[in-house]
Amino acid sequence: MKKVIALLLTLAMSVACVATLAACGEKAEPVAALITLHGSSSTYDKNFIDAFNTACQNKGLKKSQYTVKSDIDEDDSCYTAAADFADKGYKAIFADSFGHEDYMIKAAKEFTNVQFYHATGTKAHTEKLANFHNAFASIYEGRYLAGYAAGLLLNTMKNKAKNNNFQVGYIGAYTYAEVISGYTAWFLGLEAALDEGYTATMQVQFTGKWYDETLEKEVANTLIGNGAVLISQHADSMGAPTACQNATVPNVAYNGSTGLNTLVAYSKINWVPYFEMMLDQAMGGAAVATDYTGTMENSSVQWALGPNVAEGTLEKVQAVEKELKAGTRQVFDCSTFTVTKRAAGTNGENDFGLNVNATIDETGHLLQYHADVDTDVAFTGDTDVVKTVNGMRYFAESDKRSAPYFDIQIDRITLLNAIF
Amino acid sequence: MTGNKTVHEPLFHVVKREDMSVKKKLLIYAAAFVGGLLLVSIFCALCSEDTDNPFEMFTSMFDGVFGTQRRFWVFLRDGALLLGVSLALLPAFRMKFWNLGANGQIVISCLVGYALMKWGKESGVSNAVVVILMIICCVGAGIIWAAIPAVFKAFFKTNETLFTLMLNYIAEGLVTVMITIWAPKGSGSLSPITEYGLPSIINDQFLPILVVTLLTVVMFFYLNKSKHGYELAVVGESENTAKYAGMNVKFITIRTLILSGAICGLIGLLLVGGINHSVNPTSHAGMGFTAIMTSWLANFNPLVTIVTSFLIIFISLGMGQVRQDFGFYNDAIANVALGIVYFFIIACHFFINYRLVFRSSKRPDEDSFIMNRKAPEKKPETEIKETTEEKQGGNA
Repeated sequence: MKKVIALLLTLAMSVACVATLAACGEKAEPVAALITLHGSSSTYDKNFIDAFNTACQNKGLKKSQYTVKSDIDEDDSCYTAAADFADKGYKAIFADSFGHEDYMIKAAKEFTNVQFYHATGTKAHTEKLANFHNAFASIYEGRYLAGYAAGLLLNTMKNKAKNNNFQVGYIGAYTYAEVISGYTAWFLGLEAALDEGYTATMQVQFTGKWYDETLEKEVANTLIGNGAVLISQHADSMGAPTACQNATVPNVAYNGSTGLNTLVAYSKINWVPYFEMMLDQAMGGAAVATDYTGTMENSSVQWALGPNVAEGTLEKVQAVEKELKAGTRQVFDCSTFTVTKRAAGTNGENDFGLNVNATIDETGHLLQYHADVDTDVAFTGDTDVVKTVNGMRYFAESDKRSAPYFDIQIDRITLLNAIF
Repeated sequence: MTGNKTVHEPLFHVVKREDMSVKKKLLIYAAAFVGGLLLVSIFCALCSEDTDNPFEMFTSMFDGVFGTQRRFWVFLRDGALLLGVSLALLPAFRMKFWNLGANGQIVISCLVGYALMKWGKESGVSNAVVVILMIICCVGAGIIWAAIPAVFKAFFKTNETLFTLMLNYIAEGLVTVMITIWAPKGSGSLSPITEYGLPSIINDQFLPILVVTLLTVVMFFYLNKSKHGYELAVVGESENTAKYAGMNVKFITIRTLILSGAICGLIGLLLVGGINHSVNPTSHAGMGFTAIMTSWLANFNPLVTIVTSFLIIFISLGMGQVRQDFGFYNDAIANVALGIVYFFIIACHFFINYRLVFRSSKRPDEDSFIMNRKAPEKKPETEIKETTEEKQGGNA
């Protein structure tokens, strides 16, 4: 028995050694690495992983030249992963989650000859490092169009309206600009499509997690129970879409198709163009902008319709898309929404107030907004972001930096909770 | 156990064995480990679209742990941290106090540490002051979190398993609450405070390694050579014996858990002050639960715990690299693989401590157990006595 074990051990070890030696010498120079918060079971991270692989294949990279490291937490393990890729000679390193940013900056400061890229981050334009980049896209436009498709569907469901008002629901991950900007754009698109005489209100509930299938499902059921006739979400699991499917409630998705027959439409950021630019830079091409915003023009913002749509939806949404591209329609057109202000401390010491950075007229329409563009600990407003072009006053999102900074809580949208 | 001669023998009995040499034990562990890895390598190759060669898994694993200097340092650091948590559990476990709350004890210490660093940054106090306060308060937080269930156990006989487990959730929940207060506009993450924290000696990895090395030596002597170590072992064996020998069981229980919590607090201090400089509800990285396995596999021996801790970290870091190299974008396959290796190791632990005696292989002259089974016909009282002894032996 002892001999057999010893023999087995020797065999295993020697084979392992041979395998180690055999693997040497055939590797091409590494180029690009992707760090993701979760794995491919998260729709958000899957969108990055798929786009990264597509871009690398498009650029003719060999499998050994690019790699993905998933399930990297938003702590020092992100720095360790980034530094490890730099050690191994990767030239472009990309991280996909908001909380990765500080650790990517730490790595960027240490490895000045390696380029670091970070999605949804806010600090590249103030850190001013030559090798650290932020990237995002004007996805609020895609959201608006997906909302428009949902509004057209609601026009066919008028029996579900109470007093000519449709109540819809939204599941968000965290109460911060990226999510707020997303659901507000979606809601404004939905409202814009409604027939004359009909209105909409929305309830938003936050989960406090980017990926929690059970919780997202539960929240969707709560919102449906509260009377929501249509649901959308910005959280990354299939929880909410599945709940909608089970309750036959129409659903609008983000990051990609859910493949369910309750799907009305989805919008997503197509990261392939950005990854291709990143790879070009790694292979000697032009440098990518420090703070890059993808647009509909360069197909960074994409949308598509699902099976559950009203007749003629495609043409109508395409017409709106044209107006957005031409600038004759703005997503955050100040005449389409009203805002209520409340000073900090009104309801006791822990009241941060409501929309304190907004300047509004007597009807509640937005005149100016002092947004927190340059991130600081106290989240103070520093930049005016409301513009007036051709007589249209609008909140210019993703204009001063790529990551969203629209964090206004507009009227008709009720937050059931807030989780930061 | 009827003592009836015509009774049917079951196919096999499980018999405790005590005669195995250390060398043989180690050999069996190694064989199980390698066997598990071999099975996993085949499994990984089958699941991967990128490669069909099962042996590439071994290459990846070794590369992931020893491939670069940084990886090796991280391996030593993570192994040291897990060893530290295991050492925290050892005294409690030897006393048969099932402290499942190491996760909570670590996280609460991280939270306190971050609060102090944040306070330091806001008030501009020097780092030395903050570090001294951190050492006291982090360790103190760990102690409080462990002492609460110990006091309840000592005075009210509450179930420590559930109590410590529940305190984990409370600690993690507290972190979430504090993040909401400290970062009212983020996405659930706090910015690291790099200006404050423990000094970096040689590199960020060295300090935890040094601290845990010293801790291992101290704990070895504490558990094996000191009066305290002896006392807690006696309490673990039999509370009544301890009482009869004049030991204060309540005091020993609380004292031991204070030690356990203090070590967890120390690990939390190293995590928040030296590594993450930030805190989140999973700052403990699940070490509190993994350490249950490492200390149990080591039979609560601090020296063997070194081996088991580093083994587990080797597998988990190695599998991280395998995931990357094999294109597993999902943690499911890696988790199954880890499960297989763990299963092999735990299964062989069983076969080292027990053996199966099959019906056909019974030889009365060799097998005392079967002799015992046959003996009682003449003296039924002995049977009762002996079976109780067997039972006790089986539990030890």
